[in-house]
Amino acid sequence: MAETMIQLKNITKQYKENKAVKQLDLSIHKGEVFGLLGPNGAGKSTTIYMILGLTEPTEGEVYVSGIHATNKPIEVKKKVGFLPDNVGFYEDMTGMENLILTGKLNGLGRVEAKKRATHWLEQVRMDHAAAKKVGEYSRGMRQRLGLADILMKDPEVVIMDEPTLGIDPKGINELLELIRNLSVDHGLTILLSSHQLHQVQQICDRVGIFVKGELLSYGDIEDLQKTLLDDTLFLYKAKVKGPSHQLVEKLSMEPSVESIDWDEEAYYIRLNKEDQGELAKFFISNQYDLLSLKRMSYGLDDIYQRYFEGGEISD
Amino acid sequence: MIEAIKDKEKWIQRIQDFANSSIWILTRKEIADHIKSYRFNILMAIILLTCVGSLYTAFSSIRDVASNLENNQSLFLYLRVFTITGENGTLPSFVTFISFLGPLLGISLGFDAVNSERNKNTLLRIMSQPIPRDYIILSKFLGSLAVIAGFIFSLGLLVIGIGILSMGIPPTFGEVIRILTYLIMIIIYIGFWLSLSILFSIRFKQAATSALAGIAIWLFFSIFYPIIVNLIVNASVPDQLFQGAGSVGAQAESQQLLTTLMRFSPNYLFSEITTILLIPSFRTLGPISMEQLAGSVSAPLGLGQSLTIIWPQVIGILSAGMICFAIAYFIFLFQEIRS
Repeated sequence: MAETMIQLKNITKQYKENKAVKQLDLSIHKGEVFGLLGPNGAGKSTTIYMILGLTEPTEGEVYVSGIHATNKPIEVKKKVGFLPDNVGFYEDMTGMENLILTGKLNGLGRVEAKKRATHWLEQVRMDHAAAKKVGEYSRGMRQRLGLADILMKDPEVVIMDEPTLGIDPKGINELLELIRNLSVDHGLTILLSSHQLHQVQQICDRVGIFVKGELLSYGDIEDLQKTLLDDTLFLYKAKVKGPSHQLVEKLSMEPSVESIDWDEEAYYIRLNKEDQGELAKFFISNQYDLLSLKRMSYGLDDIYQRYFEGGEISD
Repeated sequence: MIEAIKDKEKWIQRIQDFANSSIWILTRKEIADHIKSYRFNILMAIILLTCVGSLYTAFSSIRDVASNLENNQSLFLYLRVFTITGENGTLPSFVTFISFLGPLLGISLGFDAVNSERNKNTLLRIMSQPIPRDYIILSKFLGSLAVIAGFIFSLGLLVIGIGILSMGIPPTFGEVIRILTYLIMIIIYIGFWLSLSILFSIRFKQAATSALAGIAIWLFFSIFYPIIVNLIVNASVPDQLFQGAGSVGAQAESQQLLTTLMRFSPNYLFSEITTILLIPSFRTLGPISMEQLAGSVSAPLGLGQSLTIIWPQVIGILSAGMICFAIAYFIFLFQEIRS
């Protein structure tokens, strides 16, 4: 078991009447990329603020690298770089000046801060815009500058709130690649929140699905798929020309068939094991005109959508 | 000898520590921002122009003032420069301008201190750096105050400089000390308005709202409050209307009520401070009867005595400013980041 970097113990956060986060338990290992997925208003940002010690949990405790985040927020902030979802820079200062200010606030001297800023600006491919005022930056550039900004303090943990929000697809890929490299090259622990699964699943070691303040499930993507999709594992969809009730009767005699469901379009057949060609053989040997046969594998996407729609409706 | 060197090294170390401390870094950034901002420069130009205008009239009429004084009296010419109004009342005095525009300077430097950073999301980024939360608001206050102090002192010294050039008489030591004390009082007074507007900038999410709130209070105290107090006092002494001048006791009483009510206004407190500091022959702030006046030697007060008279006023303004700042500080520290 890897070393635990961030630990949330039974966290609850109450805003007046509604609970933003309900009894959350979560630990994030050192060096992993953890994705916190959930719809808007699920409590992702609140959780992140509590990890940083920016907000106090109503109940429970947060530890970052063994430090109590609520009681010693300054110690935690030395180790954690935080990129908010809409990162703000001083617009009348250049990118470089903004980074140097951050460096100085983290106890670096001017020379050292400048050196580090130059290094990280190069790494995020922003060196060409270092001397431009941030007011002229595009959103993608700001986000990359934000990445350089949190790296100025040489963090152990990087937390990003919706890092891909509002960036074009090419920019997203570049950003995700940068994040991945950071984790691989520097051994950083990365926690990122998102409501866009596609983008995040390619770089996360583990993800947690967060809806209405509760963590529904977490693990690596495949695990998650297994646990969430258990009941849809061996579901097949068959289209047949000229459907009839006889077909259902005959099908249910087959040993591997558990249940059959149908609508006007097709039959949905649930098996107790993976189909090895028996289904097709059955249709053909019974002289049905099989138009198509497809395994219904709900992607994580579908599931995610299912949960999320549920979450949005009750909001 | 070695002790001394060690001591010196310790001091250098301390200074270096301070230069690298986050609060100084943030304060320096605030100062730089203000100096570069259009807002501060426009205000500075307005105040500078009006003050130079009033100084010009002051210097052109100072000769008459000087010739009107009796020879053996102390002249306090430099102090007169601040209070002289133009001939025929064309331009108000320097003092009037400062007490009118000073609050505006304080309000305009503070009204968007916190909410603009919140709206631009820079507040969250600064807060996620390893610095105590109160450094942010402290540096806002200190930075603005430093800029104001620099400006007010240069203005004051400018007056002395122009005075030396145009009159050819150097100010006496007493005058310089009085002027410096007056400048410090201005800074304290503007500091009150600054902390009030910082309080609004924390309380109100929109910069425009907080600016309006600040200006509303400023207008209230400088224009409406005296009117309201007059109304109250007149209403409370209706017999005056019928009995002409009324009895001396009743008149003194209503005067007393007027002063008491007026002293709730920081503007009035500051005007009292100004009067006592710049016109040394003023001996008291309240009304005095002829009995009290009889036998007193008509001579200007020393600085110590003047300070004794205005001490309550100074403490009043200072504590009002500190209360505003304390409330601002408290709200800021316990405010939820997202609400």
